[in-house]
Amino acid sequence: MSLLEMSGITKQFPGVLALDKAHLSVEAGECHALVGENGAGKSTLVKILSGAYRADSGLIMLDGETKQIDSPITARRLGITMIHQELNLLPELTVAENIFLGHEVVRGPLGWLDKRAMEKRSEQLLESLGQKLSARALIKKISLAQQQMVEIAKALSVKSKILVMDEPSSILTDRELHELFDLIGRLKRQNVAIIYISHRLEEIFKICERVTVMRDGRTIQTEVTGKLNQDQIIRLMVGREIEQFFPSQHSHPGEEILRLEAIEKAGKLRNIHLCLRKGEIVGLTGLVGAGRTELARVIFGADQPDSGRILLEGKPVSLRSPRQAIDLGIGLLTEDRKMQGLILNMMLRENTTLASLSRLVKRGFIDFSAEKSATKKFIRDLLIKTPSTEQKVRNLSGGTQQKVVLAKWLFTESKILIFDEPTRGIDVGAKAEIYQLMWKLVSQGIAILMISSELPEVLKMCERILVMHDGEITGELKREEADQEKIMALAMGLNHLARTS
Amino acid sequence: MKHSLRGWLRSAPQFLIVVAVVAECVIFAVLSPSFLTVDNFVNVALQIAIYGILAVGMTLVIITGGIDLSVGSVVALAGVATASLMERLAGQPSVGVTLAIVLGIVLGLISGGFAGLMVTRLRVPPFIVTLALMTIERGLAFILTGGFSIGNLPRGFGFLGRGHLGAVPVPVLTMALVFAAGYLLLSKSRSGRYIYAIGGNEEASRLSGINTKTVVHGVYLLNGGLAGLAGITLASRLGAGVPNAGLQYELDVIAAVVVGGTSLMGGVGSVMGTFWGTVFIGILNNGLNLANVDPYTQKVALGVVILLAVLLDRMKE
Repeated sequence: MSLLEMSGITKQFPGVLALDKAHLSVEAGECHALVGENGAGKSTLVKILSGAYRADSGLIMLDGETKQIDSPITARRLGITMIHQELNLLPELTVAENIFLGHEVVRGPLGWLDKRAMEKRSEQLLESLGQKLSARALIKKISLAQQQMVEIAKALSVKSKILVMDEPSSILTDRELHELFDLIGRLKRQNVAIIYISHRLEEIFKICERVTVMRDGRTIQTEVTGKLNQDQIIRLMVGREIEQFFPSQHSHPGEEILRLEAIEKAGKLRNIHLCLRKGEIVGLTGLVGAGRTELARVIFGADQPDSGRILLEGKPVSLRSPRQAIDLGIGLLTEDRKMQGLILNMMLRENTTLASLSRLVKRGFIDFSAEKSATKKFIRDLLIKTPSTEQKVRNLSGGTQQKVVLAKWLFTESKILIFDEPTRGIDVGAKAEIYQLMWKLVSQGIAILMISSELPEVLKMCERILVMHDGEITGELKREEADQEKIMALAMGLNHLARTS
Repeated sequence: MKHSLRGWLRSAPQFLIVVAVVAECVIFAVLSPSFLTVDNFVNVALQIAIYGILAVGMTLVIITGGIDLSVGSVVALAGVATASLMERLAGQPSVGVTLAIVLGIVLGLISGGFAGLMVTRLRVPPFIVTLALMTIERGLAFILTGGFSIGNLPRGFGFLGRGHLGAVPVPVLTMALVFAAGYLLLSKSRSGRYIYAIGGNEEASRLSGINTKTVVHGVYLLNGGLAGLAGITLASRLGAGVPNAGLQYELDVIAAVVVGGTSLMGGVGSVMGTFWGTVFIGILNNGLNLANVDPYTQKVALGVVILLAVLLDRMKE
């Protein structure tokens, strides 16, 4: 009998089936790797285990008993502890205060905090992780890697049967990574089960007994780690069969319109070279945090690079603000439509014209009838589903909102459009429409840089595919030579696999 | 029922406040025979003129997601500075009056410009910046006058606060012009659209190429200038520069703006709504006076009304 048995777990988010009858079985004393592409459902699955989300259906059994995990508190009571991918520490509190947040040590009838006991225990925990760190240090004063270790110490401060680590290694240095692996070894000997989520496959081979591969919300396979190699795991993650719900087309690239040379931005981008031609869709892919969005923001003037040159139609330009980029014909469809792309409280009409309002000003005032007719034209051209131009965009669906953002940039008469995850959270039908529109735009000579984590879409849409890893472009693949495995290998920084396969 | 009420509130944002104004007029007309007279309405208009001028600027500031607590103190400072300059130039009254009016407005612009600078470039929360300015400027007004009022102002200066153009008092005319200009700016111009956009989502606005800092800075500047104008008008009406003039005006003005449907969260609101909010509170004060309600009870009534207005506003969400 396994310590943990999750079966038939299904979770639906608006527009996305995040988990589709996923299952996971973990033994006491093992380190169990959970791998998959972005959006495969790993994080959702462990969030259900830790009570952060509730499953729509499915069964969770601990030691053979069915359990309802309806809140993080229940999970903690059952001995399930989670170390989150995003650090959840309070920057203004001390190390000890963070470690004991929610289960403070108190004494006396009035329940005074026993600071000394908590500080002593915190330092012991950190020492067991090889960290010499004062328990009184403020979180904001210590390094990111140290913060990650505090997060781990926090998890260890309660007695756990199952410890979930979601990408714990992504910000650790080699030395701390070594301490982490030592710790995992000790925990295993204490019969604690560890669920280890990581994009770094080499780690998995080092510390994990078994590996479960997920894809598209489903559990694909669970296998003893030694029976697979990295190549096979990547193949399982990507999958052989790809749904063909949209046709591939070839574009006819014209002359070069945008060129980046040796762009550097400390901690984010390293030595970026890139060129984009008229009438071409270039893909930019990589794992979350590889620097794709950062690169887009540099091209759009929202952030400034430390060094390097940007050339537009052969002429060097300096892009100090989005306004300058827009005036030069660049548009950015942001990854986060609601937070960065749209003013949700404003009408469709107002959002459509926001970036080029000066074109509609007559004698100091906005020409409303021209504004309305321009908006109506886009409603027709882009098949925007809305009752009127006066509809608040808050009340439109995700796919329709994306079209409104697109209308905004078409109205600025952009020559270069950057689509950052254009189909995220959009249903299949609307996706196909967005693709069609992109094809139409390139046929009119617009250049498109398409940032996407969805490899099938990148492979279908893009003439060339640039892959980023850790702030660098690790490879460029032509559509003919590209496949998902090569892209994944480059995205994980395993260049040799891409070359040999 | 609840759903239809909600939908109705959403579709006609200013309808409710207009209905409220009409309702209170009916009630006060019943309670007091002198309420429904031309004289009384001119009186109400005169009473709300200063508030109205301030409320237009405040509406813009609040729609950007900010607040300005310093306007009451700017009213006082502009008033006493104006009066003090005219006192010094008593030999040449016409030059004195002109220069003094310019000085009052410039002082307001400086105050607003400074607040805008702190808010946009140094990212200090507007509440804190303008709270500090409120205290500083009130203090300066007292320092400038030694705590006394400055009276005996030139005859020509009285026109702004006590003059008439035809039958219309000049302050009412000033208020009307400010409301009209504010309405055109906010509803018809590009800058107005940007003000709503920034209040709705500053980052999305910036990524749409809007120079958000310049727009927000401009709004504070304008608001300061209007506070200066209100200060001169009040000094003219009182016939003196009074260091504790305009005390707590900022709160009454914010109340009028909020009652008029502008959201303190930013991005939502209108100059027309503020107009009706100002009228509503003006009539409430006037009517309660005429109905012989004692001043303490009036305060309670005003507070309850503000709460009700905000509750109705919440129901729209």
